[in-house]
Amino acid sequence: MRRGIAIAAALLLLALPWLLHAVLPANQAGFWTGNILGRALVFGIIAMSLTFLATYGGFVSLAQMMIAGVAGYTLAIFVEGAVPRIVGGAGYALAIPLGVLAATLMGLLVGAIAVRTRDIYLLMITLSLSMGVFRFVETNITWFNGYEGIRNVVGPSLWGLDFRNPWVFYHVTLGTAVLLFAGVMYLVRSPFGLVLQGIRDNPRRVAALGYNVALHRIAAFGVAGFIAGCGGVLATIYNIGISPGTIGLGATVNVLIMAVIGGLGHPVGAFLGSFIFTVFDTFAATVYDRDRFNTLIGIVFLVIVLASPDGVLGVGTRLRRLLGRRAADK
Amino acid sequence: MSIITTRRAALLGTAGLAGATLAAPAIAQRAPIRLGGLTTLEGPFATGGQDAYRCVQMELERINSTIGGRRIEFIRESSNAQADVALARARKLIEQDNVDIILGPLSGAEGIALRDYSRTLTGKTIVNGSSGAADTTLRNPSPNFFRFSTDGTQWMAGLGNHVFRQMNIREVAVSAGDYAFPYAQVFGFNIEYCRAGGRVQHYWAPLGTTDFSAQIAQINRSSAGAVVVVHGGTDGLAFMTQYAQSGGNKPLIAGSIMADQTMLSARGPHRRVMVGMISGGPIADVIDDPTWREFVERYRRRWLNEGGFQSPSIHGVNYTTNLYGILHALREVDGDLGNNQEAFQRALAAARITAPTGAAVRLDHNRQAISDIFLNRIEERDGRAQVVAFARAEGVNQTLNTPEQQFLALGAPSRDNPGCVPAAS
Amino acid sequence: MGANDRMELAATIVLNGLTLAALYFIVASGFSLIFGLMRVVNMAHGTLYLVAGYVGYAVFEPLYDQDLWWAWYAGLAAGVLAAAVFGALLQQLLLGWMQGQELRQALVTIGISIIAADQILAIYGGNPRQFFAPDAIFGSTQVPLVGGYPTFRLVQIGVAVAVGVALWLLLNRTRLGMMIRAGVDDREMLGACGVNVPLVGVAVFALGAALCGLGGVIGSTAQPLAMGQDGRFLLISLVVVIVGGMGSVTGTAVGAILVGLAEQLGQAMFPTYSVVLTFVMMVAVLALRPQGILGRA
Repeated sequence: MRRGIAIAAALLLLALPWLLHAVLPANQAGFWTGNILGRALVFGIIAMSLTFLATYGGFVSLAQMMIAGVAGYTLAIFVEGAVPRIVGGAGYALAIPLGVLAATLMGLLVGAIAVRTRDIYLLMITLSLSMGVFRFVETNITWFNGYEGIRNVVGPSLWGLDFRNPWVFYHVTLGTAVLLFAGVMYLVRSPFGLVLQGIRDNPRRVAALGYNVALHRIAAFGVAGFIAGCGGVLATIYNIGISPGTIGLGATVNVLIMAVIGGLGHPVGAFLGSFIFTVFDTFAATVYDRDRFNTLIGIVFLVIVLASPDGVLGVGTRLRRLLGRRAADK
Repeated sequence: MSIITTRRAALLGTAGLAGATLAAPAIAQRAPIRLGGLTTLEGPFATGGQDAYRCVQMELERINSTIGGRRIEFIRESSNAQADVALARARKLIEQDNVDIILGPLSGAEGIALRDYSRTLTGKTIVNGSSGAADTTLRNPSPNFFRFSTDGTQWMAGLGNHVFRQMNIREVAVSAGDYAFPYAQVFGFNIEYCRAGGRVQHYWAPLGTTDFSAQIAQINRSSAGAVVVVHGGTDGLAFMTQYAQSGGNKPLIAGSIMADQTMLSARGPHRRVMVGMISGGPIADVIDDPTWREFVERYRRRWLNEGGFQSPSIHGVNYTTNLYGILHALREVDGDLGNNQEAFQRALAAARITAPTGAAVRLDHNRQAISDIFLNRIEERDGRAQVVAFARAEGVNQTLNTPEQQFLALGAPSRDNPGCVPAAS
Repeated sequence: MGANDRMELAATIVLNGLTLAALYFIVASGFSLIFGLMRVVNMAHGTLYLVAGYVGYAVFEPLYDQDLWWAWYAGLAAGVLAAAVFGALLQQLLLGWMQGQELRQALVTIGISIIAADQILAIYGGNPRQFFAPDAIFGSTQVPLVGGYPTFRLVQIGVAVAVGVALWLLLNRTRLGMMIRAGVDDREMLGACGVNVPLVGVAVFALGAALCGLGGVIGSTAQPLAMGQDGRFLLISLVVVIVGGMGSVTGTAVGAILVGLAEQLGQAMFPTYSVVLTFVMMVAVLALRPQGILGRA
């Protein structure tokens, strides 16, 4: 039955742009497709890399946005046409895999640095690492063009379809998200995933069983780096370039907010959270004073953390349990 | 079942019809013009952004938000000075709010991001707010991006010659931030100063530096006859305070964002050393020009009791100048934005306007302002420090009146390319 | 540059590093203290710096306008008090009842820091501001090798030493210190001994926040106070505590000195890559001693 729901959801998402087109004026349908749904999916992918680590490894890493940025910067450095030209010369077919590879390596590196720490220590270390990279990128002109970043990463054309078209962008992003999501669901049922969850619950026992705990943890960070890297590439193309602000403290915390609002209990929470965040972010001006957006999102975040630590997903589960109990009472 | 389908078809039909009527030019004439505003109301640049909206609101109120028989609806958005956020807001303005024109953004990286976005649009126009990165219009310009305000390099016009010829200083120490905006400003200063024969020693410090004391110790010991300071906001305040504490007594020359009311209204020892400081820029507090006096007068009447400054800020003036460009072009075409805004954009490109400072403004072939730059000195007037314009360089273009090819051949300003080219070469 | 000048420059850089370290120590010691007893990673620690700075400045400014010599001291007192109250409320209202849920507490403090920073911006606006020290500690003092050096920075070092000694005495020579140390080792046992643990918790939080507030006013006298400083000082506290060792006063001091010196030396020697030095140091420490240089394993 679960598989049925998943397929139905995927089909619905696939058809969503046409549904939007039917109910909204053309430009608004385009906006919702590209800039609400597309953007939510992109950041959902990055948030999912955090959720993956949190759900199955028990690590809350604040390095995921930075890792996504590593992919984005690598892409921007190597791809032909970016302004300013740092290295250039590569087509998207080469620069995109390079970006994802760089992010995976960065993920492995973060995992290796943080390998002996857990919980809040891990939170502190990953935050420090990502802020270190941020400050470096912001002050280094030679490789990252400093504060202004690298612009004009317009994205490839796919079989004559322009990546800048919201429908093309949405469907590519959706495809990537679905593949990564399915990959995660597959991975956590594989022996690797089971060992990972074992480490989360009791690292000593897993070590006693003869598994190399450190190696599994580093590998998990590598997987998360790969996921974040895919998101980072898409985000960079979406933003037509990348600048240090993309991986600053605000952006880093935003990804955490998305993951927590959605719920750290299941990877799907990342997408829920990023959708809610995106809608808030876009329409805060209309419903509330734009100037005080941070207060608004801060309060939403705080309420979620205080009232339902497992996010919107948790609210759903709790409601279902409540209803289930009522039904059982009858 | 069939009835429902029919009803839905009918509904869709009406919606389609409504869309078609909206698009018809006859109706569009009467529909309001939608002007999107984008500035920075979050983060450290928020004060500048607030002032930008103050000035825009004041000028729209003055014309009763009507031009060429059409009302102007002003839709505000704000970013936090980050390129990504500015881009997301611009997309929302264009695609969701369906604005015709965007006025903004405020800072350099945002400007470049919006320039790139404008290239993907047809029938929409982005007119700069206050962003001042040279490359926004100098290299890879976009046909949909217009800038009636001057850029960071232009703002230094006349300063190098003044230091060399009037102040008779042959060697200066430049202390500047290690990022794009200071690069552009230092470049603008050096082009003139080195050509005149001056020597420059550079001291760079990364953005966010709070401790300049080692650098200042070196500068104080050096043989430089003056210090050229180009730091933004907090870094600038830190430099000036520490320079005053160190007992520095060389004459000070400054970049455009050092000499403004945010710096002068902050208390501290830096104010002592800043009196007498020379700077260049598109505005001053006191300009001997009737247009400016009248503008400041109106600004004070409107805003002094509602949180405004003693005189409008650089961002307020830049947004106003760009708004004037838009209003002028709208008047020229009688509010007609039809035909993918072709006539409107032609009118923008040909516009000749007068900025609130009294400076004449026209655009070059990259749609970048050619305008007047002021040489300013900080003086104590009416019991407070004010930036007073004492000279004006007229008609400064983006290449500081160097032939464009020659200017472009110098390369983009950077730490390794600070624009110091002697006249002989 | 002559050999003499070079010597002088080197001495200035080292002294700058130490004055910076002094400020970092004052701020980070509060973070370390809270972490040591409460096991709370207070992500709103930088916010406390801002609160102290802005509230202190609001008190300082009108008094300064009247040329009162004690304006700065009043600002200092107000800032420290505001931070202490903020910290105590944070613990009492939000963190106290989720004791032990470390991650959730960290998330709560993140939420608070987002809201507080935005409200500070709304109330005080975005202009940078700076305290200036009373005449007694303004101006410059002759220091051997360095020459004239801002007196206030030397005071900064003095304050840091005083804070360090006072903290050491508090933790090692008083009843409260005993309770705190006992709490670090075993909270439940401490409670079982009849100590009002929640009250000790609020006291520790207030004290840690007050230290950060002290750093806030002193830091905003040495360098401008502006939005964004919250993130900077949170990050510095994190790095100092990770490098020096969690929950140890001496460790925090060692961490602060290393970070302060690295920052200044890096800026002087290779400005473009100076930022990296601090983080390379942090990674090296983590690789060799994950618990920090003086942290207990």
